[in-house]
Amino acid sequence: MAEKLSAETPPNAPAPRVFLRSIVPVAIVFAFAFAVQLAIPSGTYSEKILFDIGVNVILAVSLNIVNGLTGQFSIGHAGFMALGAYGSIVVTYYGGYALFGDVLRHDTVAGYSLYVASMIVGGLTACLAGYIVGLPSLRLRGDYLAIVTLGFGEIIRVLLQATPAVLYPSEMQEVPGISRIFHLGGALGFSHGQSYNSLGFTWGAVAITLLIAYRLRESTHGRAFLSVRENEIAAEAIGVNTTRYKVNAFVLAAFFAGVAGSLFAHQLGAGTASRPEEFNFMRSFEIVIMVVLGGMGSISGAALAATTLTLLTEVLREVQDYRLIAYSLLLIIMMIVRPKGMLGTREIWHLFRSRRSTVNNRRSTFTGEGA
Amino acid sequence: MVLLTGCKKSETAANAPATEIVVGEYGSLTGSEATFGQSTHNGLKMAVDAINAQGGIKGKKVRLVNYDDQGKTSEVGTAVTRLITSDHVIAVIGEVASSLSIAGGQIAQQNGVPMISPSSTNPKVTETGDYIFRVCFVDPFQGLVMARFATDPKNKGGLGLKKVAILIDQRQAYAQGLAKYFEDSLTKIGGQVIDKESYQGGDQDFSAQLQKLKQAQPEAIFIPGYYTDIANIAKQARAIGITAPLLGGDGWESVQDQGGDAIQGAYYSNHYSVDEKRPEVVNFVSKYEQMTGKKPDSMAALAHDAMMLLKDAIERASTGAEANGIPSHKAVRDALAQTKDFQGITGKITMDEHRDAKKPAFVLKIEGKTSPIAYTLAP
Repeated sequence: MAEKLSAETPPNAPAPRVFLRSIVPVAIVFAFAFAVQLAIPSGTYSEKILFDIGVNVILAVSLNIVNGLTGQFSIGHAGFMALGAYGSIVVTYYGGYALFGDVLRHDTVAGYSLYVASMIVGGLTACLAGYIVGLPSLRLRGDYLAIVTLGFGEIIRVLLQATPAVLYPSEMQEVPGISRIFHLGGALGFSHGQSYNSLGFTWGAVAITLLIAYRLRESTHGRAFLSVRENEIAAEAIGVNTTRYKVNAFVLAAFFAGVAGSLFAHQLGAGTASRPEEFNFMRSFEIVIMVVLGGMGSISGAALAATTLTLLTEVLREVQDYRLIAYSLLLIIMMIVRPKGMLGTREIWHLFRSRRSTVNNRRSTFTGEGA
Repeated sequence: MVLLTGCKKSETAANAPATEIVVGEYGSLTGSEATFGQSTHNGLKMAVDAINAQGGIKGKKVRLVNYDDQGKTSEVGTAVTRLITSDHVIAVIGEVASSLSIAGGQIAQQNGVPMISPSSTNPKVTETGDYIFRVCFVDPFQGLVMARFATDPKNKGGLGLKKVAILIDQRQAYAQGLAKYFEDSLTKIGGQVIDKESYQGGDQDFSAQLQKLKQAQPEAIFIPGYYTDIANIAKQARAIGITAPLLGGDGWESVQDQGGDAIQGAYYSNHYSVDEKRPEVVNFVSKYEQMTGKKPDSMAALAHDAMMLLKDAIERASTGAEANGIPSHKAVRDALAQTKDFQGITGKITMDEHRDAKKPAFVLKIEGKTSPIAYTLAP
């Protein structure tokens, strides 16, 4: 689905431009992820911070597709993240056992292929849930949708809490095949996670997410999302199937939240990273805050806000007990000074370009800039 | 910016002459479990102050670096990584909640830095690896103690009961685990669990579950939750006429402040009692009250024990070829593993082969403002 969307280009565009738009960014993405992987030594504090930033950027940018581009208000993003985390860890743990006969980390091509597969499974699990939740509830608007998504997130959390303990390899024989995957560790969390992740995977995923989000917004689908946000009745009048596009946005956002969850579940010290309480509504709110702070609809804004807020919690470590007070205070000040968010509906590069050219504002009319 | 400061710090720490020993702490100073984190921090601070007042360890002052983790596993990862790679701590002390100790333990293990959990009772914590220790007993033992206490005849100090119901907090791994171990032990020694109900930590209304429990007519109700909910549960249970004694685990501490009359006569297992007359305990309680104005709970006592045990281990560990006069992480780990009959506030601590502390557990009875020991079981 993702590739189909990113390949949306005007049919009459000359070949070099198609190449520039489609292949070059992907190449840059992987070069960048590779560079990050090499530059930052594994197991350090910097790595952990960069990892947190990466996961938060994916979450914020993906929620921005629903809340920012399509104008819906979802506050259950952590629920999708949870599904991604558990969906993927089941693949690396129980799948790993089925494949290798043990549950250790395998630093081999097979091991990492399993991890990549687990990310996709995590994403698809979240996708499926997004479809099931989205189809009935996206006919609702505003507050009602918020309540449904909030409820969904909590249901996922409570269901995960009620699961039995993770199976040790010695216990695997007692539980037949597929029913093993329901042994998710209950409230303690999935206690045997392996830290497959590294910065290369994280930032590769970040870059792909950014790329797809941006290309999506510039595509026919993206325009439809924006029309739903600006005026749903008008959008319907010009033939946009609003429910379908809302569900599309929702499912796509869920996929990336699931991928973020998979990264999260395999982080350094992955032991109990997947813990139901980790995906409670507070985390959903944190993601909403990032989107609002960045500016609804601005992709680079969401990424920038996610980065800023993650760094902020670390910088504020110095003030210890007052950390959360300072954090909240800064948010309040920020929203008073700039209610539109850091970037409003613009992108970060518009800041440098806006004065130079007024003719080349094709994008801004679509993205609702200046409205 | 953080990345820069992070780097700068590690450089200075590496170049500095070893005039001090840095000990790391991570805990929930904010978040829903903040009371436990604060008590733990106070206990540690008190221990560090006492050590420094006596000239430190091997002539070096001890510095405690602590980071808040807000009770989140992702923050635990950041805090422990920073303690180990930027602050170069000799050992890490933390957490209270078992799932957070497992998360932190994995990072400590990967880096080969010893970690002592003061109060995580889930058996999985020390399974993480051979650098992870704890100074408290484990939940299977705690479950056994409460099961034995419920079923033992009255002349042996027990309650002489057979039929027990359980009310579980589904939100807490601690409660889920303890309930399971209690049930296993109880059925093994001839008791019977006649009903099991559950709630979500933070709920306000428990009447539905309590009505069901009342109909089952248990002789006692075991509620392995945290004290914040217990006070409400006890009040509502008494209001609908449940008279069976309530039993609980070490999460019950501080319940007396909130439970009022409803909680009187209830029993819970704990690591020690503030009302004990052992000189170490009396001394510790009075010093702690001087410092904080509050009575120390067992989180504070266990944290104090963890720090003192670490001091003892560093002193026993050979300095070896280390130029700075501080033993290596491995040497400290080995010394910790060999701990035998260490006299702590919460009793004599011996590390078993799973790096869990072997020590007695106490059952306390709630009587007015005091909680005398009603039953003791040694491992």
